[in-house]
Amino acid sequence: MSVKQISVFLENKPGSLHAMTGVLARNQIDMRAFSLAETSDFGIARVIVDDVYKTATVLREAGFVNNVTPVLGVAIPDVPGGLNKVLQALTDAQVNVEYMYAFLGGKDVDHAYMIFRVEDNASASAALSAQGIKTVEQEEIDKL
Amino acid sequence: MERYYQPEIERASREQIKAWQDERLVKQVRHVWDNVPYYRKKMEEKGLTPDDIRSSDDLRKLPFITKADLREAYPYGLVAKPLKECVRIQSTSGTTGKRVVAFYTQHDIDLWEDCCARAIMAAGGTDEDVCQVSYGYGLFTGGPGLNGGSHKVGCLTIPTSSGNTERQIMFIRDLSATILCCTPSYAAYIGETMKEMGLTPDQIPLKAGIFGAEAWSEEMRQDIQNTLGIKAYDIYGLTELSGPGVSFECSAQTGMHINEDHFIAEIIDPDTGEVLPEGAQGELVFTSITKEAFPLLRYRTRDICALTREACPCGRTHVKMSKPKGRTDDMLIIRGVNVFPSQIETVLLNHGYAANYQIIVDRVKSTDTLDVQVEMTPEMFNDNMGEINRRQKELVDGLRSMLGITAKVTLVAPKSIVRSEGKAVRVIDKRKI
Repeated sequence: MSVKQISVFLENKPGSLHAMTGVLARNQIDMRAFSLAETSDFGIARVIVDDVYKTATVLREAGFVNNVTPVLGVAIPDVPGGLNKVLQALTDAQVNVEYMYAFLGGKDVDHAYMIFRVEDNASASAALSAQGIKTVEQEEIDKL
Repeated sequence: MERYYQPEIERASREQIKAWQDERLVKQVRHVWDNVPYYRKKMEEKGLTPDDIRSSDDLRKLPFITKADLREAYPYGLVAKPLKECVRIQSTSGTTGKRVVAFYTQHDIDLWEDCCARAIMAAGGTDEDVCQVSYGYGLFTGGPGLNGGSHKVGCLTIPTSSGNTERQIMFIRDLSATILCCTPSYAAYIGETMKEMGLTPDQIPLKAGIFGAEAWSEEMRQDIQNTLGIKAYDIYGLTELSGPGVSFECSAQTGMHINEDHFIAEIIDPDTGEVLPEGAQGELVFTSITKEAFPLLRYRTRDICALTREACPCGRTHVKMSKPKGRTDDMLIIRGVNVFPSQIETVLLNHGYAANYQIIVDRVKSTDTLDVQVEMTPEMFNDNMGEINRRQKELVDGLRSMLGITAKVTLVAPKSIVRSEGKAVRVIDKRKI
């Protein structure tokens, strides 16, 4: 029902994002999705990866504060109105989206994937499936 | 059970303490008059002779001595014994100007080590304990003082000195050290490192810590106590007077007992020099009444605190001083407001941050700026930017209500602030450059 996102604290200065991607590269970690939120002083990198436990561990050992948050992953048909339909279902269920970001699915060209951070994953997921919209599991992400 | 190194002294009646002070002060004034021309001149300028000092009640007639006097008299101007009777010097770090060099006879060292032994026993130490001294050894008084005190108590002493944190932890674990002596910032760092190694407080053999040589907050004490699973005791001293052990905490942890058989304490108004009544906050002034080689009469410490003679549950009768907010040297004046780093530390720890911080003061367009840099911790981190911003704003509000001025808070990466093995560098004041 959910996908595990790793959020990483980064200082907003030259080289800090590169230091983080360096850790991921050295540990052969494959990123599925990536998003960055920032202020003038610091940023939060949010990543979806193929090996959550390993990523959280190697980042912590390298001195990066991070946490793992369950977020909703939704496969959206790559047609006009695809996202609109998902948001309609969430709006009807009074679900507030704190943030979201999109990524393209590997070999599957018919769908785009979106990550939604909401207060309550279970009720949002139920609202989506009532409208015939399927959420994706971590295992599916791992296989992409 | 409360333990004492010298119970007959530490629990003496107030009358007995006053009698010791009266007798020793009179003798000390005669000693400096006879042996230190610098003092004789200062007394003569006030029209005083040793005959004017008949008891400790006459102390306030004497002139103050300040750090400026120590600099002027450097290096031998205040030495009251022939150098052939002196056996040691110790020296300050010299961070606030020229180094102070203090001289000791063997008797001075003996009494200084007694004071440190009292502190170790007040922290529960006995000859069954293993005491690791992680204060620097050398010119700094921390290492030599606690080392001597630990020997007097009969503890198995591990003289690691400061630095090489992995080795510190190896000795604590392999030799089951029960007492740790170092600066509070180094204790916090050792605790942080042990936590990272996955050690829980019950796996750490330490039971007590004796931490001093820098100002630290009550909140930092709680933090160190929880991380290391120990009781943390404050110890206070100055190289000018001997070193650590001028005063020390007992199990009550409500102030430090001043060793009044060796030091007379006064609290004065720092602006007028007027002696303030018991309980009032002011500048701490000390007179060393047993020191042979380097006696100081009415030395202004620039530490701000208060004294109390209220009965202490530990049974000691010697006066207690409150935790100094910091030396007036450490005090920052920002936009005309007095700010002590320890106040900022209190707010940070109250808001859930760790005591890893740095204070950057600058002047931009003739206005002072205060930037508090604090490390992000796993506990304070959140994937939601709004939540981090909310906590950051709470911290800014907390600082404003404590300090009365607005500070900027910058969240920085873990371990980006350099850890200290001795006295922590908390303030970078760019205005002086």
